[in-house]
Amino acid sequence: MDNIIKTIFGRLSIESLPIHEPIVVGTFLGVAVGGIAVLALITKFKLWGYLWKEWFTTVDHKRIGIMYMILGIVMLLRGFADALMMRGQQAIAFGDNQGFLNSHHYDQVFTAHGVIMIFFVAMPIITGLMNYVVPLQIGARDVSFPYLNNLSFWMTAGGVVLVMASLFIGEFARTGWLAFPPLSELDFSPDVGVDYYIWALQVAGVGTTLSGINLIATIIKMRAPGMTMMKLPVFCWTSLCANVLIVASFPVLTATLVLLSLDRYVGTNFFTNNLGGNPMMYVNLIWIWGHPEVYILILPLFGVFSEVTSTFSGKRLFGYTSMVYATIVITILSYLVWLHHFFTMGSGASVNSFFGITTMVISIPTGAKIFNWLFTMYKGRIRFELPMMWTIAFMLTFTIGGMTGVLLAVPPADFVLHNSLFLIAHFHNVIIGGVLFGAFAAINYWWPKAFGFKLNQFWGKVSFWLWVVGFWVAFTPLYVMGLMGVTRRLHHFDDPSLQIWFVIAAFGALMIAGGIGAFLVQIGVSIWKKEELRDVTGDPWNGRTLEWATSSPPPDYNFAFTPVIHELDAWYDMKDKKAQAPTEGYRAIHMPKNTGTGVIIAGLSTAFGFGMIWYMWWLAAIALIGVVVVAIWHTFNYDRDFYIPVEEVVATESERRRLLGQGA
Amino acid sequence: MSAHHPHGHGDHANLDHDLHSHGDTHGHGSLKGYMIGFVLSVILTAIPFWAVMTGALGDTQTTALVIMGLAFVQIVVHMIYFLHMNTKSEGGWTMMALVFTAVLVLITLSGSIWVMYHMNTNMMPDMAAQMGGGM
Amino acid sequence: MSTDVLSADPAKNPTYYLVEDEDHHHESGGSTAIGFWMYLMSDCLIFAILFATYGVLGTSYAGGPTPREIFELPLVALNTSMLLLSSITYGFAMIAMEKNQKSSTLIWLGITGLFGLAFLSIELYEFANLIHEGAGPQRSAFLSSFFTLVGTHGLHVTFGSIWLVTLMVQVGRFGLIEANKRRLMCLSMFWHFLDVVWIGVFTFVYLLGVLR
Repeated sequence: MDNIIKTIFGRLSIESLPIHEPIVVGTFLGVAVGGIAVLALITKFKLWGYLWKEWFTTVDHKRIGIMYMILGIVMLLRGFADALMMRGQQAIAFGDNQGFLNSHHYDQVFTAHGVIMIFFVAMPIITGLMNYVVPLQIGARDVSFPYLNNLSFWMTAGGVVLVMASLFIGEFARTGWLAFPPLSELDFSPDVGVDYYIWALQVAGVGTTLSGINLIATIIKMRAPGMTMMKLPVFCWTSLCANVLIVASFPVLTATLVLLSLDRYVGTNFFTNNLGGNPMMYVNLIWIWGHPEVYILILPLFGVFSEVTSTFSGKRLFGYTSMVYATIVITILSYLVWLHHFFTMGSGASVNSFFGITTMVISIPTGAKIFNWLFTMYKGRIRFELPMMWTIAFMLTFTIGGMTGVLLAVPPADFVLHNSLFLIAHFHNVIIGGVLFGAFAAINYWWPKAFGFKLNQFWGKVSFWLWVVGFWVAFTPLYVMGLMGVTRRLHHFDDPSLQIWFVIAAFGALMIAGGIGAFLVQIGVSIWKKEELRDVTGDPWNGRTLEWATSSPPPDYNFAFTPVIHELDAWYDMKDKKAQAPTEGYRAIHMPKNTGTGVIIAGLSTAFGFGMIWYMWWLAAIALIGVVVVAIWHTFNYDRDFYIPVEEVVATESERRRLLGQGA
Repeated sequence: MSAHHPHGHGDHANLDHDLHSHGDTHGHGSLKGYMIGFVLSVILTAIPFWAVMTGALGDTQTTALVIMGLAFVQIVVHMIYFLHMNTKSEGGWTMMALVFTAVLVLITLSGSIWVMYHMNTNMMPDMAAQMGGGM
Repeated sequence: MSTDVLSADPAKNPTYYLVEDEDHHHESGGSTAIGFWMYLMSDCLIFAILFATYGVLGTSYAGGPTPREIFELPLVALNTSMLLLSSITYGFAMIAMEKNQKSSTLIWLGITGLFGLAFLSIELYEFANLIHEGAGPQRSAFLSSFFTLVGTHGLHVTFGSIWLVTLMVQVGRFGLIEANKRRLMCLSMFWHFLDVVWIGVFTFVYLLGVLR
């Protein structure tokens, strides 16, 4: 009997459920009640068919982009809840007070926070932005491989499902976000936490790599006629470079995690302490992925800032060419700096100085970008709309983050600051100040394109000020304490003189919580009052690039007539030359068909991961075979596209002209 | 600038053709090409096996350098005759991707070995000694 | 193919919209070659990491067997020739495909598959022998990295063989249509790419290993 249960459930048992953790149980109840309510509402309004047909199986890059954004924002709430718990714990856990989290739980919280924020917040948000905007900016109807795009999204969602499952079934890793061995080896982490980590990242990683390939092919092959590489919008350039980095670095992560899994599942000796294994090799390998990863995150947002600065200054981007070359240089240099993440591991002076110097060199192209944005603003007629406000906040915040980064690039300084709260403050300074501020700039900028109405300004400003001020209140104390030598990831402190700093930091975190709340309110209010915020022109900001040439939201086929490009700022050029879209001569438009294969394959992959995590070998085997069979079965379907009938195109376009006429 | 440039029909057809060349422009190679590649590969495989199995070159280090050189040549041969690489297919993008990848492979391989060698010498002197003994 | 919309005076009014609409915006076929090549490059980096791991850990014998003791070069030479032969037969299949000779394409694909299977069988035989002798992947970091590198290549060949059979069925059923030709071209790149990786494997793992 025991054997049968073991065969079926692997190592999953009733004890695996964290019923002894009141916080987790409370969260579970909240999630369960909320989840059931959402499911019930969907069922009540009979939305399942609609969601499945129009969203889950869609191959439309715009809808997939929106789904990525929703995924990223939902996970932001989860990741931020972890952040609040950490700030709360560290603000009170002094002396006799052990705080409200035990160390076992606390270790999971900081690991989950890092993993979620990087892989399941930042990555979906930038992928979503690129998915939505890139095809529109290059005048294409969709990405190169629309079906693959759908699969990529669902693989990312599969990774999210595994991470979320770890909250309620079993536990998450207690190793820190990169799961360094030997701690992450079976000997020291025998439970399922590290396995959840590995499989969540592997499943999502496949999706990320595929979407990277897809977007590269799109930018290379699908540009509208006349759009040479040097007429490509900057956002597309930075996206191209970010995706090159994805395709060139995620395989490294995949391979490294495979080696770690082999250690854990097969008993090999890559990173163990005995039989020739070398844990330092893991650190080396994972940072070969890890450093390009931070540029994957920031590059697309550099593109966003460029578009926003130029649009809201009413000027062409200053130094377009230098911007492009700076991006390319960053792309290549990002592969030459990985060791600065482990200066203290002991490679010695020669190796450390090489990587210290390359790291400092990389700040040069980044600095060039900052100057380009400043010169774009110089003598421009700047409109301080929300996207522009976020951009200015970014320039100030990110520059300081960059400077502390250059400080850390000096190996002797790093020996003092390594693993301290100074480091934590530094990377939050660049990730929040760069990626997150950029994401908010982008959301405020492109929301009218995606939904046809602007976002509410008042709540946007509330969110903006709470975020920016909250950020500095939360992280300045960390810089101070880091300089004093306080290390990261601590669950309890003995020195009471530190407490005031942590209390200030916690207060900052609460302000950021208010910022997130205000952002959600902003979206809610905007949807509620969307008629007041309606934009029928499709070009609410007096934009410069092609996405503003079509209606908001764009029709399924994006452009009834493929635009022809003569200038860098193609749409600005068209407006300047008073080019009118033709009003007749429409054709039926060739489009890819929706498919449910992506959902099925991603679902099976997630089941495979779950089976591997819990040693349910039968489940893993069936799911793996299922993936192969479904993939092969999918290739037997040659009938993958259809035509949007010409009447439909004519109807959509004349409705657009009617609205435009009204607006004028 | 190009806005004032005349754009006739022919111009557009050209543009269009350059940017959206249909299908793949990958050549599939000829029988002759495949045969040349095959014969070269056989030779370039046979020599290193022969050199190592008979020890004909004597010195280990020379042999190692020779077989690494031959491997490099054979990789190039495969690229040209079997994978039909050239600087023109797909507007040069495939070649650019290949060069970029080759640079990254070089960085990861040599970088890892360099970094880890120093790390082993500094942090695990015992192991370094053991490794030296194994060489 | 393209028509000027504002055709009054093309010098003053350059075209801004293409009224013509050929399907190039949705012909994913046009992107397949470049997309698949990108995938191969990413795969190449997986192998680069495995090679780097072998390069770093390949001398950590932990008192266990060394390459000289366990590698049998004649077997490796045989294996190498299987893979090389499969490459040229795949080339013949592609030539037959160019000439639209369906049955000849299928025959050459079949032969390629058989060479692939022979390669896999020899590799499995080698692995089984090593494990039997107590030189399994758990024995030392050297053996861990050896088995993983060579095994990953073997897994790729296995995957390629499954793909090959699938394509043979599809060519048999639907003929040498455009979509199938494109797929054969992708598999061709994949197959030859594996051969390139194998050059690295036999040189750096086997030959240099025995030289040590």
